[in-house]
Amino acid sequence: MISKRIIPCLDVRDGKLTKGIKFKDNVDIGDPVEAAREYYEQGADEIVFYDITASSDKRDIMIDVVRRVAETIFIPFSVGGGIRNLEDMRNVILAGAEKVSFNSAAVREPAILTEGARAFGSQCVVLGMDVKKVAFSKQTPSGYEIVIEGGRIHTGLDALWWAQEAQRLGAGEICLNSIDADGMQDGYEINLTSLISENVHIPVIASGGAGKPEHLAAVLTEGKADAALIASMVHYRTYTISQIKHYLCGQNIQTRMLW
Amino acid sequence: MIAIIDYNAGNITSVARAIHNIGQDFVITDDTKMLDSASHVIFPGVGAAGEAMVYLRQKKLDIWLKACLLSGKPLMGICLGTQIILDNSEENKTNCIGLVAGSTKRFPEHLAVTGQVLKIPHMGWNRVTFRRNHPVFKDIDPAAEFYFVHSYYPSPSDEIAILGTTEYGIIFCSVLAVKNLVAMQFHPEKSGRPGLQILKNFCAWRGNDF
Repeated sequence: MISKRIIPCLDVRDGKLTKGIKFKDNVDIGDPVEAAREYYEQGADEIVFYDITASSDKRDIMIDVVRRVAETIFIPFSVGGGIRNLEDMRNVILAGAEKVSFNSAAVREPAILTEGARAFGSQCVVLGMDVKKVAFSKQTPSGYEIVIEGGRIHTGLDALWWAQEAQRLGAGEICLNSIDADGMQDGYEINLTSLISENVHIPVIASGGAGKPEHLAAVLTEGKADAALIASMVHYRTYTISQIKHYLCGQNIQTRMLW
Repeated sequence: MIAIIDYNAGNITSVARAIHNIGQDFVITDDTKMLDSASHVIFPGVGAAGEAMVYLRQKKLDIWLKACLLSGKPLMGICLGTQIILDNSEENKTNCIGLVAGSTKRFPEHLAVTGQVLKIPHMGWNRVTFRRNHPVFKDIDPAAEFYFVHSYYPSPSDEIAILGTTEYGIIFCSVLAVKNLVAMQFHPEKSGRPGLQILKNFCAWRGNDF
């Protein structure tokens, strides 16, 4: 049977690796290509790059990072952040990424999901969702709302509605990030994850809140996630991916153990 | 020289990078003369069956592939390149190349295992159970996993064409082998070390089964 995937997420700004806590106070902590190679050697099943470069004239730096990563590791990886149109998507895919994730761009212009799926197949199109817990209301019946711009802008969109709508439009996977849990290392938002995962038929990657292997075990079982995104817990070398996988294996959660 | 068939089907540069990484020269081409002069041919592909077949017919690559199977030249299919070597595909109800008898089917809706609904596409790492030894899969640990991403799977009509199977709600054929052809549903170029080993074995293979 299929293994649950463990996916380190690398935030990249101007070609350098950073990891923000709640999207603020980013600090450079290294070279993304080297980090990707290290995680590949440790048994990462996939890698996610999130480009937080602010100015668009520095985008070519990211394309160069993608190209060098593709020459170095032989597992799938995706790129998100700052991808606004088909042209951006094409550049990233031709540079060697397997998938592209759309976040704010998909909210502003949902047709990009359909166009991306038509051009490259829905397996290349990931919907990145930043979600915040809100009061239950007519507008947000699931109690979760989509936010963009790193949580600064509330969209008024209900998270569950948007996940299903994005799936209909062509997204082949969802990377579901809880803004409330992100950077806290206090565990994933289990309720949110199972709510979304049980109500779509495409794979869901849980994101935000991983601090120890127990958190991954919970989100991959109770949370019904198909994959778990991790950052700080491996970036700061508290754990290696191999250690996390051995822990999950002991909990009878199937992951890829040979690499 | 390893030739990678270019037929406008998605990201074939990742196959080229993997071939380069194992120290082999390659060419990416849709020119049948170039393909003729290659020692080994890889037929990759990500995309949809319908569009792929239109392009292949335009370039007469379907005819070339049939001749290749008779020539004894080692030929490898990957993902879509595996699905469309069968007679037809349920994807866009497409008539395909017909190198191997059978059809490509879609995973049934509502697959479930022990209560958990299985997602489609089948995306991620999974194992292959081999039915017999094959030079291209020499030295591959039975516990090795490979990267899959697909909603359709090959279903050859002749059991003997099935080299390996994978379980995902159903047991499906994930590796086909007929004479000088070996074809897999997963992506060896994205399957880490075991995947690179398969590509290495393929490049050293002379096209005979035993």
